[in-house]
Amino acid sequence: MLAVQGLTKKFGGFTAVDNVDFSVEKGEIVGLIGPNGSGKSTIFNMLSGNLPPNAGSIKLQGREIAGLAPNVICGIGVGRTFQIPRPFKRLSILENAALAGFYGHGGSGISKSQAWRNAEEALSLVGLPTDAKASVDTLGAAGLKKLELAKALATKPNLLLADESLGGLDHSEMDQAAEMLGSIRNELGITIIWVEHIMGVLMKVVDRVMVLDHGEKISEGKPHEVAADKKVIEVYLGTDAEETAAAAVRA
Amino acid sequence: MNSNIVIGIIAVILCALPFIGVETYSLHLIIVILIWAFAYTGWSIMGRFGLVSLGHGAFMSIGGYVTALLWNNIGLSPWIGIPVSLLVSGLLAIVIGYPCFRYKIVGHYFALVTLALSEVVRQVIIATRDTTGGSLGYTPERHGEGISIVALQFSNDRIYFYYVALFVWMAGIMIWRYVDQSMSRYALEAISEDEDASAAVGVQVTREKLKVTVLSAVMTTFAGAMYCQYQMFISPDTIGGVGVSLQIVFAVVVGGIYNALGPTVGAVITIMLAEVLRISIGTASVCVSKDVCFNAAGVPLLIYGILLIVFIIFLPKGIVGGVADWWKSRSADPPDAAGSTQLEPAKAKTG
Ligand SMILES: Nc1ncnc2c1ncn2[C@@H]1O[C@H](COP(=O)(O)OP(=O)(O)O)[C@@H](O)[C@H]1O
Ligand SMILES: [Mg+2]
Repeated sequence: MLAVQGLTKKFGGFTAVDNVDFSVEKGEIVGLIGPNGSGKSTIFNMLSGNLPPNAGSIKLQGREIAGLAPNVICGIGVGRTFQIPRPFKRLSILENAALAGFYGHGGSGISKSQAWRNAEEALSLVGLPTDAKASVDTLGAAGLKKLELAKALATKPNLLLADESLGGLDHSEMDQAAEMLGSIRNELGITIIWVEHIMGVLMKVVDRVMVLDHGEKISEGKPHEVAADKKVIEVYLGTDAEETAAAAVRA
Repeated sequence: MNSNIVIGIIAVILCALPFIGVETYSLHLIIVILIWAFAYTGWSIMGRFGLVSLGHGAFMSIGGYVTALLWNNIGLSPWIGIPVSLLVSGLLAIVIGYPCFRYKIVGHYFALVTLALSEVVRQVIIATRDTTGGSLGYTPERHGEGISIVALQFSNDRIYFYYVALFVWMAGIMIWRYVDQSMSRYALEAISEDEDASAAVGVQVTREKLKVTVLSAVMTTFAGAMYCQYQMFISPDTIGGVGVSLQIVFAVVVGGIYNALGPTVGAVITIMLAEVLRISIGTASVCVSKDVCFNAAGVPLLIYGILLIVFIIFLPKGIVGGVADWWKSRSADPPDAAGSTQLEPAKAKTG
């Protein structure tokens, strides 16, 4: 479904993403992990069109999408969340999702009521209230993460890019969020790339993991293979080695 | 109370006004207020989304000058001249707006670009004084005596123009409300907060901004043409330039930028204020002491400036917004234990 080749992004003289290749099959849920600053969000920004790549190709179902505008990429079925939630505070929770429900389909004649139905569906899916007035200000960290997800889902994506959906959550919230991503794939058949800087619960849910370090892909495989990979352990040593080891055991 | 009812009541009163006997001077003032209210409403259609244009004086001038120049020089009826002026403004709005929106010139920078537009158009009018009359102003030629439908001239019987102005003003309110209830409004609110996040959910940012900018410019242009047809005199400073552009912003902020009737209330206040000042101090110099005098023409601007600061600090939603909030808080049920909207406690910062 997605084939990425030679993807590169430079910020000035600094190479944030360096010649990365990967592909994702339809219906897969793929983890993309790596320490902070390894280039995960930058890859997402290029996939979603928020940043143009310096080099490389991104093929979505055979179509080259590298460098297209974010609204176009959203319209052809790629939904994304932002690592730091970016809700529209001047809109209610429902309106946030309805906006995505209306515009997220490439502007192809969706009715207002259909947009609101998409929004309600997406909000119930992530477990947020669908009453019209509820304000974004009432949401805590977990709620804002859910709203990010609901906005992405309301655009009815085929491919979902979820950026650090667990950041800032406590343990039970993490388990809940991970389970939710699993069921989004299982029940809606949405292909997912899931970015996280800790391995933790991610390893239990994903089919496959890619590991990024300093903008380069250093490992890829099944969760237990990757968790046992020397290079990966080295990268994670001193950051959350125990977490990594624990994940390896669990996986 | 529903805002529909308020608008309905106001509309009925306004329609009946000439029959309950208003003196000519008052009717004149009301017509002027309606024309400006329409222009302000047009400005606020984009201004409410943080698209602060200081260039609307330019669009207003285009409405007046293009229409009058076509009439005087080639005898083109305003029935065609006005649409031409709207087209010119619409195109100008695209020429200015597209690069601004495409290259994310927002906020102060956008205001500055549009400010320059005001001044450029004024300078063009002054530079072409042989054709436009320059700063001395310009007058559409009279077409015979009395009312002329072809020339859209209504002689001294103000009632006809009153109904034209009333109709246009009501149309302006309806357009405002149409935008307010459209999906574009949500898109533009979102864009005003975060363009990238809006694009990420599929919003065509540049297009949405352009649409509302063109609509706003065209409405203001139409107001300029109406002003010209009514006053039968225009000058770069009465319907254009930085002065008029600032006056538009001032009026809308004072009246209320987030309410359909805010710009209208702003028009009532600015026009009355200008009228009171004109009658009380005229064009004389004002002396604050034996040898400190200044030109009274600057007094309204001075007062606008002070009021603007006061309103931005103490009543940022303007008069109508402030009253609406007060009304809501007065008639709202006692807070029902905050249960309905409280979802979860705000805690744990995001990573
Ligand atoms: N817009 C930008 N301008 C300059 N540097 C950036 C920008 N975005 C990211 N970077 C840098 O690129 C590197 C990768 O960042 P990012 O992709 O956010 O990492 P991750 O999501 O893996 O934590 C970091 O060193 C970051 O400072
Ligand atoms: Mg990141």
